[in-house]
Amino acid sequence: MPDPISSTARTRAALLAPAMAILIFAAAGPLIIVVLYSFLTPGDYGGVVWDFSTDAWFGVLAERDFFTEQLSWADAHLTVFWRSIKLSLLTALLSFIFGFPTAYFIATRPRRSRDIWMLLVMIPFWTNLLIRTFAIMELIRNEGTINTVLIAMGLFTQPVQMLYTEFSLLLGMTYVYLPLMILPIYASMERFDFRLVEAGYDLYATRWQVLRRVILPIVKPGIVAGSILVFVPCLGAYVTPRVLGGGKQLMLGNLIELQFGQLRNWPLGAALSLTLLVIVMVALIFYVRTVGAEERGHG
Amino acid sequence: MTYRITPIAGIAALTLAAGAAHAEGELNIYNWGNYTSPEMIEKFEQEFDVDVTVTDYDSNDTALAKLKAGGHGFDIVVPSGNYVPIFIEEGVLMKSNPNEMENFGNVAQRWVDVEFDPGREYTVPWQWGTVGVSVNTSVYDGDINTAGLIFDPPEELQGKINVIPEMNDVMGSAIHYMGGEQCTTDREVLRQVRDKLVEAKPHWLSMAYGNIERLANEDIAATLNWNGASMRARLQNEDIAFGYPQTGYSIWMDNAAITADAQNVENAKLFLNFIMEPENAAMLSNFARYANGIEGSEEFMDDVMAEAPEINTPEELADAGYISKNCPPEAQKIYSQIWTELTK
Repeated sequence: MPDPISSTARTRAALLAPAMAILIFAAAGPLIIVVLYSFLTPGDYGGVVWDFSTDAWFGVLAERDFFTEQLSWADAHLTVFWRSIKLSLLTALLSFIFGFPTAYFIATRPRRSRDIWMLLVMIPFWTNLLIRTFAIMELIRNEGTINTVLIAMGLFTQPVQMLYTEFSLLLGMTYVYLPLMILPIYASMERFDFRLVEAGYDLYATRWQVLRRVILPIVKPGIVAGSILVFVPCLGAYVTPRVLGGGKQLMLGNLIELQFGQLRNWPLGAALSLTLLVIVMVALIFYVRTVGAEERGHG
Repeated sequence: MTYRITPIAGIAALTLAAGAAHAEGELNIYNWGNYTSPEMIEKFEQEFDVDVTVTDYDSNDTALAKLKAGGHGFDIVVPSGNYVPIFIEEGVLMKSNPNEMENFGNVAQRWVDVEFDPGREYTVPWQWGTVGVSVNTSVYDGDINTAGLIFDPPEELQGKINVIPEMNDVMGSAIHYMGGEQCTTDREVLRQVRDKLVEAKPHWLSMAYGNIERLANEDIAATLNWNGASMRARLQNEDIAFGYPQTGYSIWMDNAAITADAQNVENAKLFLNFIMEPENAAMLSNFARYANGIEGSEEFMDDVMAEAPEINTPEELADAGYISKNCPPEAQKIYSQIWTELTK
């Protein structure tokens, strides 16, 4: 007679196997290859040569000037890192500024119309990213819709240069990732008991105090989750900066692509990818620390 | 009943219908975007009863990486001349000996014994052209045969300039502008090139592909550009002119070849032979607006091609052209550093 415990354990292992296999092959496997490649030597025409080297990691942060032979910080890479982090933070902030009132508005509608509002938020999200990006481009280019209208109204005589600036990047990324901010905030607001707001007013709280002391603390996990959901894909954004940034405002995703393409330095590309991963990890740890600590505090 | 059909007849009819819908074979072409004449593909499909699929790429490096990875299923690829030796060395091209094909005699003498594929054992000409400057002459009416429009931009053009994000083309053009030779590793020249590029960048609006529409729409007033793309812009906007930089401009040729692991080798060979037919080569040129390297194709080309200044290099500027090479790794390394600093 089979031992009932070990048979349960075996069943459990068998049922877990597919999930474990996917984790190992689809998550750990490629990551190991990326780590491995980052310690190899670039091939002359792309690819890698199997010689151990730490040059790629060195090259992430430092460079030797070809003319003066002087060693210095890799200014170009740092500029791109900083731009990526800055624009991602700003995008998260802008998404919050637009997303919070939107989520609040939807959460305070009658139950039946909420679904329709949410649907309206979701529809653009279902459209292909490239198409949405080109649509933005059509709106803001010099001969595009907005400039045509502005000039026709007599507000400007020359088109306003919006395309290929940091403004266009911010606009494009905020538009693209806004639903990722609205959804979690809405989810936490939907569970929010709005009688608490009334109670606040009854206790002579001002509107600002109600927002700051009653609503914000309760929906904070939603806000933090939304910020992370916006921040992380922004860091790796590739299409938006390529189309709207005009190739002059590289972000990390474009810098990585450049290494695997024209610059033929796969190890550096791998090292840069891992650097991106580290920045994301730091953001996630920050998230776990702030939200996790708070939840434990409440518990 | 007259319209009753027996099951067997029905099956026979279905089989016939299926047979008509499916061509004899397949051919998968991997080519640059917006570069393959759909008309010519249709003609090939009809003539040989072959289903053709065209997939796009945007750089030689992308194509090479994909072919090296394997499992791509492509039969034909169209690398630029300077990349052909790399493609051959990396073993992604098949030695299909197009020089023994029926139509090989049509290849213009100039393009038979090319440095990148001596005697044409791997490749056949697809299109060739030059890298120069497209300018909107209603914005700037000075001399356009200079790369200074990009690297020392006159005031009228500042902020309205695009540069194609092709490292080899931009570096080549800038090095010649500063008095060097392509693929140079002369540090003093390269330092000047770097300083010049970094100094010019604030005057550039963008570094992007897809400039035909943007030139025609006047979103940009000048760009480092390929001659055929410039011509296509001119056909939409007559103010667009193409300049050949006197300090040197590169001449390139894209070439069709069969991939080493092609599944439809016979169809691919038919295709290589097919595009060396003057009438078919002319269809490619009529679409992409570049010259093709096949003799006798001129008479099948649109009238606008015959006198196009973009295609027919002016006599006095012919000597300034140089055949684009692929630079050795030690040059590539320095260029990468300059390029990263430029595009950051």
